Amino acid sequence: MSAETRTAVELAGALASGETTSVEVTQAHLDRIAEVDGAVHAFLHVDAEGALRDAAASDARRAAGQTWSALDGLPIAVKDVLATRGLPTTCGSRILEGWVPPYDATVVARLRGAGLPILGKTNMDEFAMGSSTEHSAYGPTRNPWDLDRIPGGSGGGSAAAVAAYETPLAIGTDTGGSIRQPGAVTGTVGVKPTYGGVSRYGLVALANSLDQAGPVTRTVLDAALLHEVIGGHDPLDSTSIDQPVPALVEAARRGADGDLTGVRIGVVTELGGEGYQAGVLARFEESVELMTKAGAEVVEVSCPHFVHALATYYLILPAEASSNLARFDAMRYGLRVTPEAGADGGQPSAEDVMRATREAGFGDEVKRRIILGTYALSSGYYDAYYGQAQKVRTLVTRDFEAAFERADVLVSPTAPTTAFKLGEKVDDPLAMYLNDLATIPANLSGVPGISVPSGLADEDGLPAGVQILAPAMADDRVYRVGAALEALLAQEWGDALLAQAPPLPPAAEGAHR
Amino acid sequence: MTDTLLSYDEVLARFDPALGLEVHVELDTATKMFCGCPTTFGAEPNTQVCPTCLGLPGSMPVLNATAVESAIRIGLALNCRIAEWCRFARKNYFYPDMPKNFQTSQYDEPIAFDGSMDVEVDGETFRVGIERAHMEEDTGKSTHIGTTGRIHGADYSLVDYNRAGIPLIEIVTKPVLGTGAKAPEVARAYVGQLRELLLGLGVSDVRMEQGSLRCDVNLSLSPKSSPDEPVGTATLGTRTETKNVNSLRSVERAARYEMQRHAAVLLDGGKVLQETRHWHEDTGVTTSGREKSDAEDYRYFPEPDLVPVAPAREWVERLRSELPEPPHQKRARLQTEWGFSDLEMRDTVGAGALGLVEETIAAGTSPQAARKWWLGELARRANESETELASLGVAPSDVARVQALVDEGSLNDKLARQVLDGLITGEGSPDEVVAARGLAIVSDEGALATAVDNAIAADPDVADKIRDGKVAAAGALIGAVMKEMRGQADAGRVRELILERLTPR
Repeated sequence: MSAETRTAVELAGALASGETTSVEVTQAHLDRIAEVDGAVHAFLHVDAEGALRDAAASDARRAAGQTWSALDGLPIAVKDVLATRGLPTTCGSRILEGWVPPYDATVVARLRGAGLPILGKTNMDEFAMGSSTEHSAYGPTRNPWDLDRIPGGSGGGSAAAVAAYETPLAIGTDTGGSIRQPGAVTGTVGVKPTYGGVSRYGLVALANSLDQAGPVTRTVLDAALLHEVIGGHDPLDSTSIDQPVPALVEAARRGADGDLTGVRIGVVTELGGEGYQAGVLARFEESVELMTKAGAEVVEVSCPHFVHALATYYLILPAEASSNLARFDAMRYGLRVTPEAGADGGQPSAEDVMRATREAGFGDEVKRRIILGTYALSSGYYDAYYGQAQKVRTLVTRDFEAAFERADVLVSPTAPTTAFKLGEKVDDPLAMYLNDLATIPANLSGVPGISVPSGLADEDGLPAGVQILAPAMADDRVYRVGAALEALLAQEWGDALLAQAPPLPPAAEGAHR
Repeated sequence: MTDTLLSYDEVLARFDPALGLEVHVELDTATKMFCGCPTTFGAEPNTQVCPTCLGLPGSMPVLNATAVESAIRIGLALNCRIAEWCRFARKNYFYPDMPKNFQTSQYDEPIAFDGSMDVEVDGETFRVGIERAHMEEDTGKSTHIGTTGRIHGADYSLVDYNRAGIPLIEIVTKPVLGTGAKAPEVARAYVGQLRELLLGLGVSDVRMEQGSLRCDVNLSLSPKSSPDEPVGTATLGTRTETKNVNSLRSVERAARYEMQRHAAVLLDGGKVLQETRHWHEDTGVTTSGREKSDAEDYRYFPEPDLVPVAPAREWVERLRSELPEPPHQKRARLQTEWGFSDLEMRDTVGAGALGLVEETIAAGTSPQAARKWWLGELARRANESETELASLGVAPSDVARVQALVDEGSLNDKLARQVLDGLITGEGSPDEVVAARGLAIVSDEGALATAVDNAIAADPDVADKIRDGKVAAAGALIGAVMKEMRGQADAGRVRELILERLTPR
């Protein structure tokens, strides 16, 4: 078995036994990137030199009898929305082209501190706005299962990189589903931790009250290992929770025995049915059946306010985003466009430069949300829109509280459909927004969620996912149930789902740099 | 364009002024409001910055606990209620000196609200209501390079972000009504006494000239139905907000100017524009700021990167119990201790000299001598150079040393005044000025005796008068001796020597 198709746990074992080295593993993944990323376009920036340097340092450490973590020496890819010292960070936007942060996000600092070489930065919808990665200013990422299809979004780059074996591990961020939905449509595992469970310091904010960084991997156990590396309190993030991270790896290992005796699983009435693809629902129902057979007690729960979640989300997110994105004004960093003349016909003023830069630097989806958010916060409209949305948000949280009285975890299909074709929804924002129907409630309430592959839809042969949600700070539950479902499905399939993906053609236009 | 002004008496006959004061105080915390950068004044531009105060993508704020404590102490000292729970909000607007293009401030949930401060003017007490005191971060500082020195017409602008993120407390009064003719003085006294209170709390160095205390003066006039209508009864007129008022004296002048300008506009049948005005210290006028400050929609919403501030009641009560003596109590105590008359005390406070006099006395000078220097010679010089007493460059310890030199006979009053000159021009400590300028009194009895003999010989008529018992005539000879000694003689000793020689026949 080649290095790049092995899971992080397997690779960690191979490093520990001396069977391979971090440099070899890292090089194998860099080679894979060179081979397939021309077709997939998961990466915006590859740092071969830095990754190999860090890999060599890891090998030297290990030779001296020291390791910094269970994942020391394993390469990783990071979504381009996290600040990386010395590495470009664009957020998929022209407006940040060429910006090299002088500091590391806390998540990135923890990866470095745990000894993981960073392969590069992955593609994303501009400022994480989108569900297909088509809104990247640097071109779309393609789904390794079918290169004519989207890999989900906004973190399509991280999910595609993991699915295409370009990296064993990646970091994504999830504001309304941007880790889980790409996971579902690429047949990979994605976790949105409890809000405040992973530091947001250095995560370029889309919507501060919703954003959360988390693991993107091929197995639940790999995700748990990575989550333990990046999670935990950070004094630089005031919204970070000052409590120990639950024992996630232990929970994932426990779940792997496939026994769910005594676990109460709630199926959310409102997250299914109309608007969901038949094949997606079929795989979901099979998963629920498997869990029942494994001893779980399945109950149906209703969360009546979830029907308003999407509308609520599309007021809160644009409001926060419109303010967050105000700083991109050409004054201090990033793109600067100086018009020939100012609005008054004379020399362009600072305001003229700001206007011209934002006009040229932001894509249409970003502009759309800035306008929406500006409107929602305007004097006279605030109470009707932003204020009202906050109230509905509280109701969604109460729905969760009531549901978690009856169930230990809640389950639903992760995304309503499998991967759609590139270009299919790019001009229909509303259709695009519907992709996040099932994932958004968790962000509104801050609860953790995982997406685990549930199989291939009959009608198109493309992957679908099951979402498992747990109460805040009970992230261990999503790992236990996620690992159990993964094990039960693997018994059915006889192998990992990704093994069924078609091989990728080497890129015609040559290796990615 | 020059504004037409109405005479002050006429303003008062026809209009009733309403004041509103917004004071921004920079706290002297060691670090900024939301990051660990130092707050030292005067550092090289853009050297005290980090990802957070530069608003770099991904950076996040962490609240400075000392700033919250200072805000609560200020609130308590202003008799405010302290919020049990409050949040920060984003005030959104674009300006190059704001790194995030929003200011992290407080909006409808200030940390302190609903207080008051009693302000004394000429023995009369005015209660100034405090609407709120809230926390916010300062912006960077723009310097506009070009002929105008303002953003309009500038060739380019430089921005220093060292100031960005320095903790500010904004203290906003309720409309101050019923001050009539004394409105400008009440405005000045309020700011002066607020400064005194903040100094006493030790939360800020409150230097107006360095911008660590900045004042906006809001003013409106309402017409009186008759000159006899009691003050404070009319409805509020349209207000202007005058910014850039950077000394106590300017607070008074700007308020007076706006009263006279508003009155002229209103009498001419015009309407006062609700606008921001800029005060010009040099010319003593205000000009339109050309900003539509009230048309701006700041789109406030709660700052999602910070958690609510919920000060524990026990903590608030402990801070309350540890507050220093309130200024009015302190004034009463000091007046008794110093033995000042009401008038002397009022003048001292009015001149903004209370703290200076107190420190001078603490350095060993008698209360009357300390008062005499600060309210006499030094006040005159401050007035001449249009600066504040505290900005003259003379420290209370300097004044104490000068008086000590007078007391020990090394200086007389005239020489002491020359030492003050040297202090103001920055020539060093009092002793250094005395040495450098050669100002010490000559105690060489030989030189003095010769000068006395010369004076007697030069004016025999006067000498005869003294011999005839008209001792008062000695003044002329003393003057002549002092002149010959270039002032560096002890006039008392000169008199003794003259009278010794001219004993009555």
